[in-house]
Amino acid sequence: STMVFFKVLRASVQTGLRFQGTSARAATSTLKTAQGGFRFELTDQQKEFQEVARKFAREEIIPAAPSYDKSGEYPVALIKRAWELGLINSHIPESCGGMGLGIFDACLITEELAYGCTGVQTAIEANSLGQMPVIIAGNDMQKKKYLGRMTEEPLMCAYCVTEPGAGSDVAGIKTRAEKKGDEYVVNGQKMWITNGGKANWYFLLARTDPDPKCPASKAFTGFIVDADTPGVQMGRKEMNMGQRCSDTRGITFEDVRIPKENVLIGEGAGFKIAMGAFDKTRPPVAAGATGLAQRALDEATKYSLERKTFGRLISDHQAVAFLLAEMAIKVELARLAYQRAAWEVDEGRRNTYYASIAKAFAGDIANQVASDAVQVFGGNGYNSEYPVEKLMRDAKIYQIYEGTAQIQRLIISREHLVKFKN
Amino acid sequence: MSARVLVGVKRVIDYAVKIRVKPDNTGVVTDGVKHSMNPFCEIAVEEAVKLKEKKLIKEVVAVSCGPQQAQETIRTALAMGADRGIHVEVSGKDYDNLGPLQVSKILAALAKKEETSLIILGKQAIDDDCNQTGQMTAALLDWPQGTFASEVVLEGDKVKVIREIDGGLETVRLKMPAVITADLRLNTPRYATLPNIMKAKKKKIDVVKPGELGVDLTSHLEVLRVDEPPQRQAGMKVETVEELISRLKEAGRM
Repeated sequence: STMVFFKVLRASVQTGLRFQGTSARAATSTLKTAQGGFRFELTDQQKEFQEVARKFAREEIIPAAPSYDKSGEYPVALIKRAWELGLINSHIPESCGGMGLGIFDACLITEELAYGCTGVQTAIEANSLGQMPVIIAGNDMQKKKYLGRMTEEPLMCAYCVTEPGAGSDVAGIKTRAEKKGDEYVVNGQKMWITNGGKANWYFLLARTDPDPKCPASKAFTGFIVDADTPGVQMGRKEMNMGQRCSDTRGITFEDVRIPKENVLIGEGAGFKIAMGAFDKTRPPVAAGATGLAQRALDEATKYSLERKTFGRLISDHQAVAFLLAEMAIKVELARLAYQRAAWEVDEGRRNTYYASIAKAFAGDIANQVASDAVQVFGGNGYNSEYPVEKLMRDAKIYQIYEGTAQIQRLIISREHLVKFKN
Repeated sequence: MSARVLVGVKRVIDYAVKIRVKPDNTGVVTDGVKHSMNPFCEIAVEEAVKLKEKKLIKEVVAVSCGPQQAQETIRTALAMGADRGIHVEVSGKDYDNLGPLQVSKILAALAKKEETSLIILGKQAIDDDCNQTGQMTAALLDWPQGTFASEVVLEGDKVKVIREIDGGLETVRLKMPAVITADLRLNTPRYATLPNIMKAKKKKIDVVKPGELGVDLTSHLEVLRVDEPPQRQAGMKVETVEELISRLKEAGRM
């Protein structure tokens, strides 16, 4: 009700000379474009989706984010609200009660939510990551059972692959799954599992072939594990640099028994499934980093139009104006990069090259732009009363999770060289 | 109950946009500017949808007058829960001159055509702040009106409206069919959820021309000039009450 009041008040207050804020994002002109060819226009539905996500982020996430950051408390209320609005679980197919949205639409929503708080957005995004193996590799029974329940109540899930001793080197994971009759018995340790303590079920990657000579493409199996299965032990909630309200934990598997019905595709198919998920989840992660960067740019710009030094607004000083320009360059390009990566996979093409580029670039620039935003704020920027120091702390993880900045470069160089040689 | 509610929704410049006057002072810049549903119209839609959810009325019809883009606003109403929409196509000069009188004539014609029991409108639009359409519509139809509603209660064939007035709250009881205009505190409009946005695409929007309704859009008003409000002057700080009084006297204000 305060928001509506605000709307009405803003509209009727006389404040003298005012400048129109126009940006490509504000325009809603429906351009008639020619068939085919390159296009940068969203459909009406995409604009409407983006509006809902934006409104939710600005009106509900932003006011609550600072206190969730301080307390580290899991943002249950916000997640529930986002679920009610249909902003979560967008990838779930219609047959399981979802909306079956493409990656592009998911990215639009993700960028808006991340603008509000990437901690909240990561908790939500982890659902997509956990679900993706089931969406791409699950059989009808598995999909109905594990995806269906996500649309019936606001449940979380998690992607359980990383271990204390193996992050980038997925083939180096040691969690073992031994076939015993109609079950697999799992033993091992996972680490840095987002939503680890809140998940209703996990996608788990474990080694089923003990032979060290067995290639990665055959040695691992993907499982769906109910979180309340006996033997699943959750570690403590980890205190991280940023995205602090997101729940990250170690998980120990001690003689956990998984029915063979919960194997995705079959024994030995796990590695490909785990990696295949990334082509669809990296663009949204890049979108999240872009949302953070846009927020940093907006906060810095707003501040620069208020703060004065040496008799002028700091935005009038070229040093600051040039900083803002470079931040803007990076944000625009990061957006284009994730949009291309998302569009490619929605068109049915393999998008690994574009997805890695988007993730690498967006992760890097999010850090640069957040740091520059603190710089624009000067001393105030370093202080927790101002919104930008949180952005800097939140940004760092974008260069680490979903494939480190270095792994992305490995992927990009490999893809690039293959393309070139052909 | 077979009651049908007509809700008027106006497409206006978004409340958060900084308005700029056109260089020729004929109006404000609207090209490329973000538009959305008038906030009071959102409240009107919400109230209608709530009545439908309580099963007190049968159908909510959202109406908007304007060019093609008015359909975006109708779609928002559909995503909030309205059942179908009517787009009254008005464009060009006719749209520029479209004011409360013309819209009231249109709404009155539609209300008769659609066998409406209740018309719910926003109390005013945030662009022209006229606060006239509801009242004029009621007058043209010779229906009772409950304006500035902060509470609406259906009671059989009557509707109780609690109105926010300068002196406080006034309760009126109107025999339906009636016109109600929504004020700020009537309710908190819901978000359109993503699934509802998708469902809204399947809902119907009929397009009609004012001529088909027998409405004459001629305006008897001519906008001569639009200007920015005067620049706010800097104030002056005073130390004591005596100084305040002497300054006020100097400025001829006392």
